[in-house]
Formats: sequence, structure tokens, C-alpha cells
Amino acid sequence: MKGSLIILAFFVAGVITGIYRFLPGQIFQTDYSLYALYLLMFLVGIGIGSNKKALTLIKEVNFKILLVPLSVITGTYIGVSVFSLVQSNLNLPDSLAVGSGFGYYSLSSVLITELSNETLGVIALLSNITREIITLLLTPVFARYFGKLAPIASGGATAMDTTLPVITKYIGSDYAIISVFSGVVLTILVPFLIEIIL
Amino acid sequence: MIIVLSLMSLGIIIGWIFHSRKKFLKLTGYLTNWAIYLLLFLLGISVGANEKIIANFDKIGFQAISLTLFAVGGSILFSWAVYHIFFRKK
Repeated sequence: MKGSLIILAFFVAGVITGIYRFLPGQIFQTDYSLYALYLLMFLVGIGIGSNKKALTLIKEVNFKILLVPLSVITGTYIGVSVFSLVQSNLNLPDSLAVGSGFGYYSLSSVLITELSNETLGVIALLSNITREIITLLLTPVFARYFGKLAPIASGGATAMDTTLPVITKYIGSDYAIISVFSGVVLTILVPFLIEIIL
Repeated sequence: MIIVLSLMSLGIIIGWIFHSRKKFLKLTGYLTNWAIYLLLFLLGISVGANEKIIANFDKIGFQAISLTLFAVGGSILFSWAVYHIFFRKK
């Protein structure tokens, strides 16, 4: 939660800077953010590769555990497809791309901005932050009425870190491995899925 | 965009090789945070300078939140079915 507030603060500071033109706009043309994105992707890769939890989890993979991230993807895409049918502002590919963030708002918003446009990038940022907040707030309700996988599904990519404590509190620590596994798989897939869709 | 995925894959390999170097990982974690802050600050600037987005911010926010409700709802219902078929009563 603290992490998302800091990120939101930087975004808001940027918006204010942009509105009041505190800095000359030409300095911040796409090239700079593209190089920053390259750096970020490299660093994110190091983070994934060095994750000891991810390494030990690979040994525990079985058919059933693979079903969890798969069902999160399928369920999200079904929900988002319905969304694209009931309104006319966002088409199916755009909606799917935003949904493919699975709560990983920092990476998805930046990638979608580069691949598509700023408006969609902002939608991705707000949507995926909302996903994390919903999970943090509603995990007890989800766990009570929709089974032990529901909070993991709602958390998406965040089920491996930011929402993990609250998830394991309500569904039990025996499901913690499944939660981390699902989160790791989704985190790795986010850039690939966004890339394929856009 | 192939570059993005290649860089990430290269990072995964390097991360895997150096996964026991604590100082190195602390530094990359620190740099990752600042890269994210920088990118979102830059995104904020282009958003702030884009009058079309600022004028429609309430509409964009509403779209984002309603999309999320569908995404979370779909994934919860689907995982609920999967839970009942494959996981319950272990």
C-alpha cells in the first residue's frame, strides 16, 4: 500500500508539472521514457531471475497449481470481454491489454503507453491500482463467499508480494505457495501478454 | 518491442546467476523503484500536458474502475469454479 502511494505521488507530481508546464515539454519526448523503460525491464528481469521463492517453486509445480494462474487469466479475459461489450469507449484489444496488467500497474501502464497511447496508459494505471486496492480491502469477503482461490485470483500479479500478507491471513498459509506461484507466473506473463494483444 | 523482452530475458539470466549476491540485489531493487518513479513521473508529465486527457479525467477514471470490476469479477467466478472442481476437500 505504501509503495502504491509513493508511485501515485510521483504520477500526480508529473501531472501537475505537465499541466503548469514547469519543465519544457521537448525534454520529455518519448525517447527518454523508452530508455528508462529498457532499464526497468532489465531490472525487473534481474528481480525475477534472482527470486529464490520462484526458484524453489518451480520444483513444486504440478498440474493443479498451474491451473491457478491459468484460471486468473481466463476469468479476467472473460470479465474484460464482457466489459468491452457493455460499453463503447474501449474496444476489445484495449480492454484486454488493460486487464493483462493483473494489478501490475507500474509496468503495464508504462508498456501500454509506449505500445498504444497515453490515455490507455492512464486507464491501465488507475485500473490496476484499483485491482490491488480491491484485493486489499475485499479479500475477507472473497475468501468467505468464493473459495480460497478467489483472493489469489483478485490479487493477480500482486498475490506474490503486496497483497500476499492479507491473502494468507484469510485463506491460510498452506495456500501461500499457490498465491506466490500464481503471482510470479502472472508477473512474468504481463509484458508478453500486453505485447501480443497490442 | 522485441528489445524490451530480450532485455528482460537477459535480466532473468543475470539475476539467476547472481541470485546469492545480496548487495547486488539490493542495488537492483533500489534502482527498480527509482526507474518506476521516473517513468510514472514522465507519464504524469505527458498526461498533464495532454489537455484531452485532463478534460476527460473523470470519464477515464470511471472506465478504469468499471473495467477492473469486470476483470476481478470474472477472475473470482472462474477461480471459484476451478476451486470447487479441483481443490476443495483435499
